[in-house]
Amino acid sequence: MDTSGISPQAFVLGLSALGAGIAMIVGFGVGIGQGIATGKALESIARQPEAKGDIQTTMFIGLAMTETSVIFALIIAIILVFANPLVGLLPQ
Amino acid sequence: MSEGLGARVIFRIVGGPLDGVVITETTIWAVIVSIGLIIFAICATRKLERYPKGLQAVAELIVEYVYKFVHDTMGKRNMSFAPYIGTLFLFLLFGNALGLLGFRPFTADMNATFAMSALVFMLIQINSIRSRGFGHYLKHFADPYPFMVPIKVLEEFTFPISLAFRIFGNILAGVIIMELAMEGLKSLSLHTLHLPIPLLQTVLPLPLNLFFDIFEPILQAFVFTMLTMSFIAKAILSRPETDDDESPGHEPERGEGFNEDDLFVGGADYSDVRGYGEKQAESA
Repeated sequence: MDTSGISPQAFVLGLSALGAGIAMIVGFGVGIGQGIATGKALESIARQPEAKGDIQTTMFIGLAMTETSVIFALIIAIILVFANPLVGLLPQ
Repeated sequence: MSEGLGARVIFRIVGGPLDGVVITETTIWAVIVSIGLIIFAICATRKLERYPKGLQAVAELIVEYVYKFVHDTMGKRNMSFAPYIGTLFLFLLFGNALGLLGFRPFTADMNATFAMSALVFMLIQINSIRSRGFGHYLKHFADPYPFMVPIKVLEEFTFPISLAFRIFGNILAGVIIMELAMEGLKSLSLHTLHLPIPLLQTVLPLPLNLFFDIFEPILQAFVFTMLTMSFIAKAILSRPETDDDESPGHEPERGEGFNEDDLFVGGADYSDVRGYGEKQAESA
């Protein structure tokens, strides 16, 4: 029946690891976005050094907001790798 | 490794469905951190002097910084939140930095972060109801257009969820990376270099410690309190502004600009800080 020698569990685990890796592609977009935000903040600090405090605070809030999506992706990846819910769904 | 995601049960008080009543590592560390903070507060304020030195100076620095921070972010009328915000910041900071002592930070447990964000959720909703009145509170969900009600209700729930996941994800990622680095250095020194003890673990992880156990805890505690403050302020902000257009350096007199109805947490205001009146008199 199982000619390839790969058990269903191994197949699910392998694809889950692949899925965890794919989920972290989110880091691509978030990295670009955070880079743009930090660059703009640096530009405005260079233009108006006296507003440094306000700019930094606002930038940190913005970065934290942007970071949310990559944190969600990270949690999905961590769950897929360390606490995989899909293996339990396999018929025993 | 999978038990690293949830709570680690230390002992069980009462058995029953769903593990019964248990004491977890998270609970114990949270209590230890709270007791440490309380002991610090008692020691620092036991003998108050006009010219602070020692622990009192540190405590005054923290309190002054927190009050200024809350003043700049939430406006003068919400100063009553400052004790809560300061406590939250210190609690999260030391909770996140437990990795420095080699323990698991209790914010790497989802239960702790969700408990704290549930608290923030309640604060936001209750303050929204208190400042708007229940009718206007219900009405503000349909604020621009009635068809946006589901989205606005959803928004109220996604904020605390993302708040909890943000600090949890960041701290857990730090814990995992630290653990991987430590394991890697251990196997490198034991099996590759054939050293009798894992010598590489001594100095090499210091930069990682610096980032994941000092910088990241400060940043995450800051972000958590910052978002908490701005969202509570946003929930209250629908009322007409009267006294917020003064210069931010202005220090409020006792009772000035405070309405008892505005205060929710503890009822303490800026002028209740001990020794504040003396300092005011001194500078005058």
